[in-house]
Amino acid sequence: MNEVLLPFILTLDATLRLATPLILCAMAGLLSERSGIIDISLEGKLLSGAFAAAAVSTVTGNVYMGLGMAIVVSVAMALIHGFACITHRGNQIISGLAVNILASGLTVTIGFAAFRQGGQTPPLSADERFGPIILPFADALRDVPLIGLLYSELLSGHKLIVYIALISVPLVAWLLFKTRFGLRLRAVGEVPEAVDSAGISVTWLRYRAIILAGILCGIAGAYLSTAHGAGFVREMSAGKGYIALAAMIFGKWRPWSAMGACLLFGFLEAASSRMQGVELPLIGQTPVDLILILPYILTVVLLAGFFGRAVPPKAIGEPYVKEH
Amino acid sequence: MTGQDTHHGMRGGDVSPPPAVELRRINKRFGRVHANRDIDLTIDAGTITGIIGENGAGKSTLVSILYGFYSADSGDILIDGTPVALTSTADAIRCGIGMVHQHFMLVPTMSVLDNVMLGREGGFTLTDGISKTRKRLAQLSEDYGLEIDPDALVQDLPVGLQQRVEILKALLRGARILILDEPTGVLTPQEADRLFEILRMLKQDGVTILLITHKLREIMAITDDVNVMRHGQMVAHRKTKDTNREDLARLMVGRDVLFTAKYHEKEPGAPILEIDALTHHDSRGSTVLSDISFTLRAGEILGIAGVSGNGQSQLLDVLSGIEPVQEGTIRVAGEVIDSRNRRDPTALRQVGVAHIPEDRHHRGLVLPFSAAESSILGYHLTDVAGSGLFLDLQKIEARCADLMQRYDVRPPDPQWRSGGFSGGNQQKIVVAREIAASPQVLLVGQPTRGVDIGAIEFIHKELLAARDRGCAILLVSVELDEIMALSDRILVMNAGRIVGETAHGEADPNRIGLMMAGIDPNNARDITVQETGAA
Repeated sequence: MNEVLLPFILTLDATLRLATPLILCAMAGLLSERSGIIDISLEGKLLSGAFAAAAVSTVTGNVYMGLGMAIVVSVAMALIHGFACITHRGNQIISGLAVNILASGLTVTIGFAAFRQGGQTPPLSADERFGPIILPFADALRDVPLIGLLYSELLSGHKLIVYIALISVPLVAWLLFKTRFGLRLRAVGEVPEAVDSAGISVTWLRYRAIILAGILCGIAGAYLSTAHGAGFVREMSAGKGYIALAAMIFGKWRPWSAMGACLLFGFLEAASSRMQGVELPLIGQTPVDLILILPYILTVVLLAGFFGRAVPPKAIGEPYVKEH
Repeated sequence: MTGQDTHHGMRGGDVSPPPAVELRRINKRFGRVHANRDIDLTIDAGTITGIIGENGAGKSTLVSILYGFYSADSGDILIDGTPVALTSTADAIRCGIGMVHQHFMLVPTMSVLDNVMLGREGGFTLTDGISKTRKRLAQLSEDYGLEIDPDALVQDLPVGLQQRVEILKALLRGARILILDEPTGVLTPQEADRLFEILRMLKQDGVTILLITHKLREIMAITDDVNVMRHGQMVAHRKTKDTNREDLARLMVGRDVLFTAKYHEKEPGAPILEIDALTHHDSRGSTVLSDISFTLRAGEILGIAGVSGNGQSQLLDVLSGIEPVQEGTIRVAGEVIDSRNRRDPTALRQVGVAHIPEDRHHRGLVLPFSAAESSILGYHLTDVAGSGLFLDLQKIEARCADLMQRYDVRPPDPQWRSGGFSGGNQQKIVVAREIAASPQVLLVGQPTRGVDIGAIEFIHKELLAARDRGCAILLVSVELDEIMALSDRILVMNAGRIVGETAHGEADPNRIGLMMAGIDPNNARDITVQETGAA
């Protein structure tokens, strides 16, 4: 039975690995957008986080220092976005785009100046990267039919950040729906006037939301360069920030649904690389490109309103200005 | 406070309690506009005090300062005799000030409970706060009859109940001074009466109430003291019992005002607009107009009364050609319009259907355009705009100047930006444009919304004059007084249906109010407004 199941489980395993940065970024985008700030700067934060993590990790030899610096840099990018569009009420799309361009240029420039390897960081050795975490009893349970295989192959053996991503979803859901901060966050994304009138600072609330988003993107960035990969490569975020944004919209700005969408997108990516070169009956060579564009098609279809309307937070994209 | 009271207090040897609120020489400017100029205001504890004034007189700015929403450029605020600095709404809430805003500060997609908890959640997690807030809501509903379902989504509640949520929100925060900004604009007369009952109960419990309104009737009905604002200044303080509507209106406007337009009976002419079984659905599929039929005759004003949001706007949209007819037929000036024979607003204007839209900012005017350009909107393809490809700007401006003079638009400058005029003058430009086209049918939506008393008087006079010239007028308004003063016949709309009809002489505001709330007045003996609100 294992021979039949194993390829399938390995695909799911790859799904989890590929979906991890998406999940973290989607949670980041969700917090930001629920507060009313459009967050297309996910991409830039992810990329700059990835660079910071790899650079610091290779210089200090400590992967956790890398993770810390990824968070610091990503939060700094978030604050630039916030300064432009919360404090100065700028256009959120343009500000986000500026962050993305800044990250794209700055990572390569600094990388080139610091490491002289064409914008890359030196390849990271094993102890400059996150290692796999073997869950307890993973080996002992390997032979238990199905459950053992799922546990030891699918759940066990991932990098720390994969587990952080999985935990981030219930955490964000709890924060959003069960805490004072979440109540205010949801309110400020819908009717900021109501929050202001209740004596709560709209500005500070939105800043906290984007700082949290920065932290999550930083972790995702560190995953790309020091867990999933072994070093920074220019443009290594490769649109994952945008896919996460699409997944979040696909999940209608709800944590669990957004995670579902991230897993779906991750699965499509895993499946496409697994199906590479495989002959299918009737179709012939698997159209890998077609599978790869599926997430984007799905997103467009969803936005067009086919699976019920995705209703964004009402005040999204609008800077808060008191009347007059 | 009268001299006698003071004397009495001194003889008794005790000090009279300080006023709940005292404002001293408050000033506030927005750019070049001096919105509040040296405002003094004293509100005694446990009273209901009114501030009355026309739109733009500075009432809303003043209470926004008191609620910490804006900070004053200069001046002092004293609460219970103590000077306070109100730099944010949080400060105001701490001082026991609560506010029911004209546009509710509620999150429609969240529950009543979430909304009233916002800002006083009682801890990082919500569990504790939820159970405590539930208890306090139950207590308040018992004390003041403010029943509400805490788990209902605010967007599913009728407006009257949404306002109740606003009041509960303020009370839960321990407000001892409650400000209400134009609270009755969205209510039926019965809901308004119910609100006043609640305010009286709160007053008995020692809550100080500040009521902002432009409706004289409400001031006379409920306040103890009244303050009049005009052009950013406080022009008078009166004891309500020592004043009357005429006096207050004169103070508001700065001259004598005619209250009721001079309506006179007149036999209507031939039917011009016939509507048969009109039904309409909105983009989400809900029915917004349901089987509407009526006939409008030449030289007749037909009023449509109803609480805002009961299908009146959609009726105007369909009749004016903005929305296509879905079901039913419209016969106007010999043309039959239905789902197959559609007419857009241009085609309808050509057969003599003019439209004064409800929202002059979005549909009546292009605010950055000059008054002259706004004066030909919708008629820009006719000869008033010139002939051939080009606009004849001289001709347009000359005509606009003429209209401005006839309609007393100030300043009478055709090159002035449309958005730069006051609400009343903007509306006069729209009214002038549509009436000048000598339409057979004039569709009118909220002709005096946000318009000062002087302009209201003028617009009413022009509508009656158009009627006397034989124009058929459909008048949609949420101001029942306006409908009753001008209409030859009145139809009442509720939930997209016409639920009643009455003639000019037989109109009774109580009966109409019940119909507006969807209640058959003939079976309404024991029904309280509270139940209509919850229905």
